[in-house]
Amino acid sequence: MGSNAVHRKMSQPNSAKLAAVCLCLLACRTAAAQMEITGSWAARNHEFLTGDGLPVDFTGIPLNEEGRMRALSYSESQLSMIERQCQGWPPFYFVQGPFGLKIWSETDPLKGNVISYTIGAWEDRPAITIWMDGRPHPSRYAEHTRAGFTTGAWEGTTLVTHTTHIKAGFLRKTGAPSSDEATMTARFYRHGDILTVLAIVEDPIYLAQPFLVSRSFQVSATPMSPIGPPCVSAYEGNTGQTAPHYLPEKNPFVDEMTTKYGVPRDAAIGMPETLYPEYRKKIPPAAPAR
Amino acid sequence: MRVFLAAALLTLVSVAALPRAAGQGRGGPANAGAAASAAAKASAPVDMTGYWVSYVTEDWRFRMVTPRKGDYQAVPMTEQARKMADAWDPAADEASGNQCRAYGAAAIMRVPARFHITWQDDNTLRVDSDSGMQTRLFHFNSPACNSPAFNSTAPPPGERTWQGYSTAQWQRPASLKVATTNMRAGYLRKNGVPYSENAAVTEYFDMAPLPSGGQVLMVTTIVDDPQYLQQPFTVSSQFLKEADGSKWDPTPCTAK
Repeated sequence: MGSNAVHRKMSQPNSAKLAAVCLCLLACRTAAAQMEITGSWAARNHEFLTGDGLPVDFTGIPLNEEGRMRALSYSESQLSMIERQCQGWPPFYFVQGPFGLKIWSETDPLKGNVISYTIGAWEDRPAITIWMDGRPHPSRYAEHTRAGFTTGAWEGTTLVTHTTHIKAGFLRKTGAPSSDEATMTARFYRHGDILTVLAIVEDPIYLAQPFLVSRSFQVSATPMSPIGPPCVSAYEGNTGQTAPHYLPEKNPFVDEMTTKYGVPRDAAIGMPETLYPEYRKKIPPAAPAR
Repeated sequence: MRVFLAAALLTLVSVAALPRAAGQGRGGPANAGAAASAAAKASAPVDMTGYWVSYVTEDWRFRMVTPRKGDYQAVPMTEQARKMADAWDPAADEASGNQCRAYGAAAIMRVPARFHITWQDDNTLRVDSDSGMQTRLFHFNSPACNSPAFNSTAPPPGERTWQGYSTAQWQRPASLKVATTNMRAGYLRKNGVPYSENAAVTEYFDMAPLPSGGQVLMVTTIVDDPQYLQQPFTVSSQFLKEADGSKWDPTPCTAK
């Protein structure tokens, strides 16, 4: 064996090691361009929480006529029906409800890349799996679920997710509806110990414009549960023979926001023009509040 | 082969090191002054200039109408703050020339308004509001930006104003961080929920495309005020980009 052959034989393993280091560094670079979003995030509930409003509180939701009609027909007594007690809320609820987030990832054991993130469930909130492996969304005829189907990708340090195949549900607990054609695009911005999520909900059936909600969470040293307590349905006085609802023009709560908070009816029922500053000029001065 | 591999390794080491600065979090020293050496306007990773309108999808009843006295749900107030809020007197505020208390830097991005963002000079981003007719100046490359005390609550010298003194920093890849101190005491909500003159405001400006077209600006606002808040008050507000200033409607502050 000549000296060159020996040299080649000796250098091959080094070359392999160098290549491995290069690949590792490349992977590190990719990871460094992203942000760590896994862990426990405590909710900072300093903004409107869904469900803490009055029955007809659709303020800030740009409903179209069909959405408004459906929303005003809703009675919260529907939740006393056994089949609806554990229906849960759509994925938008994770930026509207009072709970924090537990986020974890599944990684490819060989390549080390993230296959998916999961945002844990709560009693009335489904777990959301965000697929990061480039898989396509399923056929439009595929099953719609409470959580829907979510894919994600990094745009710089921002995680951008897109959710489709969501079961029909509600944009807010007060009855503003969402259809099974609704989609959600969410952007996760991490700034130090604050994670702010912007959710953009579009619904060609019930919304006249996109509905935007955002919520900030703070990193928590206390671990949060990835699941909530189980939902157990029970008889609550509804025999299931009727679905509680209100006929058109018969919702008795339509003016409660006005009498209690001075909110005009147009705003309470989610007229799109009420989301813009100029609408304030149409609000009567000294609106009654008690 | 060895030369090639060595060159590849060197390149990758350099490339791998680059984004680490971007990966640092809030106020991370690796970020501080990342773009400080160049003029902020020239080094801006995103263009936030233009007209933006508040899109009030959250906290409607606290923002679009003046909440009644005592309606301060969700604000983590101290007992002292509650007493202050319960003593809210808008007529007295107007009489004493303090009708802009709810338009200070800690609250202005929550006020339903149109905002016009422009470059005042190469290192100063200017934000005007039509509602309340306020002007904010975000100073890049100021000494405070480059100091470890970027988040310091120690006010810079000068008279306190409603908008205080703001230092700004681009955070790679596409975010703007603003820290504000030296404000006059004001209101977080129009019904007298107070913040003190020692409050410090940290904000993050992030842009996003709307799937159906258009642009969103999201501003995350964190108000620290040990005097009146039990914990930092954190809200995020959304704005939609407008084509021009045709709906610009300057309106003075009102206390009621």
